[in-house]
Amino acid sequence: MTTTSVAHTDPTVTDRTFDIGRIRELFPILAQRVGDKPLAYLDNAATTQKPRPVLEALSRYYASENANIHRGVYALSQRATDAYEGARGKVARFLNAAEPAEIIFTRNATEGINLVAQTFGRQQVGDGDEVVISTMEHHSNIVPWQMLCEEKGARLRVVPITDSGELMLDELASLLGPRTKLLSIVHMSNSLGTINPVRRVVELAHAQGVPVLVDGSQAAYHMPVDVQALGCDFYVVTGHKLYGPTGIGALYGRRELLDAMPPYQGGGDMISSVTFERTTYNEVPHKFEAGTPHIAGAIGLGAAVDFIAGVGFDAITAHERPLLQYATAALETVPGLRLIGTASDKASILSFVLDGVHPHDIGTIVDTEGVAIRTGHHCTQPVMERFGVPATARASLAMYNTTTEIDQLVAALTKVREVFG
Amino acid sequence: MSDLRELYQEVILDHNRSPRNFGPLEGADLHADGHNPLCGDKLRVAVKVDAGIVSDIRFEGSGCAISKASASLMTEGIKGKTLDDVRTLFDRFHRLVTDRTAPPDDNLGKLRVFAGVRDYPARVKCAILAWHTLLAAVDDNQDPVSTE
Repeated sequence: MTTTSVAHTDPTVTDRTFDIGRIRELFPILAQRVGDKPLAYLDNAATTQKPRPVLEALSRYYASENANIHRGVYALSQRATDAYEGARGKVARFLNAAEPAEIIFTRNATEGINLVAQTFGRQQVGDGDEVVISTMEHHSNIVPWQMLCEEKGARLRVVPITDSGELMLDELASLLGPRTKLLSIVHMSNSLGTINPVRRVVELAHAQGVPVLVDGSQAAYHMPVDVQALGCDFYVVTGHKLYGPTGIGALYGRRELLDAMPPYQGGGDMISSVTFERTTYNEVPHKFEAGTPHIAGAIGLGAAVDFIAGVGFDAITAHERPLLQYATAALETVPGLRLIGTASDKASILSFVLDGVHPHDIGTIVDTEGVAIRTGHHCTQPVMERFGVPATARASLAMYNTTTEIDQLVAALTKVREVFG
Repeated sequence: MSDLRELYQEVILDHNRSPRNFGPLEGADLHADGHNPLCGDKLRVAVKVDAGIVSDIRFEGSGCAISKASASLMTEGIKGKTLDDVRTLFDRFHRLVTDRTAPPDDNLGKLRVFAGVRDYPARVKCAILAWHTLLAAVDDNQDPVSTE
């Protein structure tokens, strides 16, 4: 499966097919070797690599457009402002927000969640109220709510998951009630690969009048996200997992909710006017973007979502889905290997344990074969506890991975067996 | 990248498979818990002290091969030593696994098998966890040790 022929509209790939060789050429980092072995980068759930259009957007911004935004009357500042606001428009289109003002730039998905917890959460959640999350949440979708609940005397409720790593929808429905002020749930699990039925989850929550935040950190680079079709109230993404820069992310919020929320941080740009007696706040999205933002990062993120849209999710899915099937079958041939996370609807994550070998040792040994995988709890300690393992090894795929790299991983796992016997 | 066998020496693999002095220690005078949040390693080191000398030491917990073997070999190396010896050995071991310019240290005996760790900076915490935990026990520090 080195070439999958799928029509797409990427201007950077001129033959209009998903040509894996050409895709890989767009990612300069992938050509390197680790020692004498080719790099097989299989840690995409931690961060994805960056294609030339993103690198060029960053470099072009600093080389020819850099100025502070929203304030300057000179042409250069206007160009920087246009590029920054243009990026907001691109992210809005990528997520199908109703308008660009519903996109707030953040540092990452974590900050997006914290923003909602500290504004909407502090306004809406009170003593005796409840916030609902699930067992498969990343720590970034657990801790902000624990902090809020502790401050407010509220209670954190957790939806359990099945042995295959699927959300228990009946339990979810039974946890929602008049005290529930928010449901915050991951779209796709970073340690299990499970894709949650978010649309159904939103229906269940809205039926009880409960707003829903969706953590799209993993989902957004594997599948098209349409926040209006999902019906969610908030959706967070992080740029560095969208083939974009680190230090930039986005929060989508329904306009009506954003308008009613208090500001997050105080500072420049988030105000309309300031006197020592009284400050009036700017409108959304600026109300939530105090201080000079990561302008270059936002522009890089804009280039990244354009790049993804150019390749197209039809082509990405047509490449990644069979690759996951190939990898699953290949790993199942490894003696003593057990996959953690076998949901019927999953994408691009292969978490596993190997009899008698700690994941950390697996990670070190496969690294000497050029294979980069993650080992540990993946910031999901409750998932590790749920499956009774201290840690897992995790291979995670992106659009540029190949069956050759999966073979390289499997061969490296053979070497693990050689070392450990 | 150095040879994997430099890291996973036969002695280390053996102690990983069959850790020595493994399990709870009845009537321990001192103990401490160590935790490496990065990889989920957790261990407890328990010590009996008789007139300033470590008369018995055991450990329990779970971890990677490096951390388990390090704890196992540490218990072997510490038995019969004074508490001052423990601190000196800690410093020597720390140098062994972190300082790439350190000359061979004959005082470390079998513990020298961990010299390969210095070429794998991400694994230093695994090798040193048991030692930090032991030091906390000896100093009677009841706060759990974390490598983070």
